[in-house]
Amino acid sequence: MLNTELNLAAPDDVYEALVALHRDLTPAQSRLVNARLILLLANHIGDAEVLRQAMARARAGIEPEGRDDTPQVVA
Amino acid sequence: MDGSAARQVDYQALVLDYVRSPDQDAARPVRHPVVIVGAGPVGLTAAIDLAQQGVPVVLLDEDDRLSTGSRAICFAKRTLEIWDRLGCGERMVETGVTWNLGKVFFRDEPVYSFNLLPEAGHRRPAFVNLQQYYAEGFLLERARALANIDLRWKNRVTGLETGPEGIALTVETPEGEYRLGCDWLVAADGARSPTRRAMGLESRGRSFRDRFLIADIRLEAEAAAAFPTERWFWFDPPFHPGQSVLLHRQPDGVWRIDFQLGWEADPVAERQPERVIPRIQALLGRDTRFTLEWVSVYTFACLRMERFRHGRVLFAGDAAHGVSPFGARGANSGIQDAENLAWKLRLVLAGQAPEGLLDSYDAERVLAAEENIRNSTRSTDFITPKNEASRAFRDATLDLARDCGFARSLVNSGRLSLPSTYRDSPLNTPDTDAFLGAMLPGAPAADAPVRRQGEPGWLLASLGGSGFTGLCFGDGGALPPARLEALRGLARGAVPVQPLLVLPPGAAAAEWPGIACIEDSEGLLARRYDATPGTFYLLRPDQHVAARWRQFDPALVRAALARAIGQG
Ligand SMILES: Cc1cc2nc3c(=O)[nH]c(=O)nc-3n(C[C@H](O)[C@H](O)[C@H](O)COP(=O)(O)OP(=O)(O)OC[C@H]3O[C@@H](n4cnc5c(N)ncnc54)[C@H](O)[C@@H]3O)c2cc1C
Repeated sequence: MLNTELNLAAPDDVYEALVALHRDLTPAQSRLVNARLILLLANHIGDAEVLRQAMARARAGIEPEGRDDTPQVVA
Repeated sequence: MDGSAARQVDYQALVLDYVRSPDQDAARPVRHPVVIVGAGPVGLTAAIDLAQQGVPVVLLDEDDRLSTGSRAICFAKRTLEIWDRLGCGERMVETGVTWNLGKVFFRDEPVYSFNLLPEAGHRRPAFVNLQQYYAEGFLLERARALANIDLRWKNRVTGLETGPEGIALTVETPEGEYRLGCDWLVAADGARSPTRRAMGLESRGRSFRDRFLIADIRLEAEAAAAFPTERWFWFDPPFHPGQSVLLHRQPDGVWRIDFQLGWEADPVAERQPERVIPRIQALLGRDTRFTLEWVSVYTFACLRMERFRHGRVLFAGDAAHGVSPFGARGANSGIQDAENLAWKLRLVLAGQAPEGLLDSYDAERVLAAEENIRNSTRSTDFITPKNEASRAFRDATLDLARDCGFARSLVNSGRLSLPSTYRDSPLNTPDTDAFLGAMLPGAPAADAPVRRQGEPGWLLASLGGSGFTGLCFGDGGALPPARLEALRGLARGAVPVQPLLVLPPGAAAAEWPGIACIEDSEGLLARRYDATPGTFYLLRPDQHVAARWRQFDPALVRAALARAIGQG
């Protein structure tokens, strides 16, 4: 089960570190850092079910407004 | 490796003569048990397998040539094992370039390498690289050695009527049309499958918005020495920034290079030598001398038919499914379709199994196609990121792979073809005894070194060509007469099960008439099958496990056999 209650001893410190992580980065650099961070955390957590719940929570309420190159359906 | 007799035939130039068939002069359409449409690798394999099992086959192809240009090169271990059973594996391996290692580079650094066959004690390597025209040429020569294959070039199927009793075909030849009937039709007529179209069926899936330049080049020996016989894959290399490149060695000093071009690339302009040569020089160095053998630009799709059996028509190979080439799963999976189908069709034709057995062809191979498509789609997604976030994940994975073990497992430059385990197949008898390891019901039998009549050999080569095998692990001591008689009894059934007794390492060869023995010379066989004395495996004609027990019980074997032939 994904824990959505406080699980950090010093939450402000962690939040500050997350923000500091991106200081002076371009959006592309930030995206890369975030991607690395997510991969490292995902592997550390290890529990695919928890990860799926976290992904669903992260995506909740966001209506897609973009387009990507997701493969086209062909027959 | 070079200079074998095979080189004397230029398989790409071979023209296969149209010969008039007596069927064309028959007053009424001649009816055959099996017609196969399409003499590509899948149709040829199916024809050989059926013919070797005694089923006469008519094989029709609209063309008079083997495959030309850049098509399949990587043939997997399981494919080689199937071709071994069909009597042409050795030539493929002799002529092909054997490889087991893959390397992945990110920008200009190696990040990851993998060995696809990390253990010894297998007859065949993970892969050989062999131009598709060689594979087809060797299959063709094997097919020609079988009297019951009637191969008709320049015979195009232009019409078909299906019915519950059989199929009527219209075939066009250089000398006009004729009609033909068959009980069963195998449609191995490729990605565009005219049979599929004629029946109003579809193969559905997704196409990728990316283009790939595929160049086959001939390198001089000196230049070739710089590249080992490995699969090299670059993400974002300095010589082709922002895209991926794949390099592979083939026989005859030919190398395959795949350049990812992106969706915007112009497929016609990109094929021109003045565009292609600089790309290759950027990879190999300006001074490297090479000649272009073949150049093409492809887009890829992952798709399949919903069902592979439609009454008396059975779809196989690219006609039934398609994948991107990054896992080498196209031809390799089609060859497995062919072998899955052949023994079932033989039993149905012989009246030894109900027609419903053919539904298991559909069930097993549809699942296999799903697995192949899933793997191929994931690889293509990794190679061709769909948006900025997926590119960031991709690049982050490659960055981390340098020093984080977990990330190396995520790097996906193609998950290379492995045979499917038919885990939930209706033909399996679920385990009632405890076993460890990979040889669960539905799994393709693993090979192992053995000794047979004192001579070194292999398990798979000892299984016989086309029937069920009862692999019985002994302790080296004498078998009680009742057990011997029960084992021999299996071989006398309507659908025989040939017993094959496995003796432990060092055991003296036993002489029991009617029961073949192999020695588990290195102990690997028992290890790979988690076997103890008494363990019994029932193997299907396609060498997949049907059932296994810790003790041999003839009644259980008979029940499992009935289930494996669709009577369960
Ligand atoms: C660039 C590239 C690289 C690839 N690399 C690999 C790889 O490394 N490994 C791998 O396993 N796969 C690979 N593949 C896929 C592989 O080439 C195909 O999966 C394979 O050829 C499929 O074999 P098939 O027999 O089903 O069909 P095909 O090879 O397409 O054969 C179909 C046959 O049917 C005949 N035919 C069609 N219509 C009719 C008709 N109406 N009447 C009579 N005959 C007809 C055609 O003449 C043809 O001979 C690659 C493909 C490409 C394009």
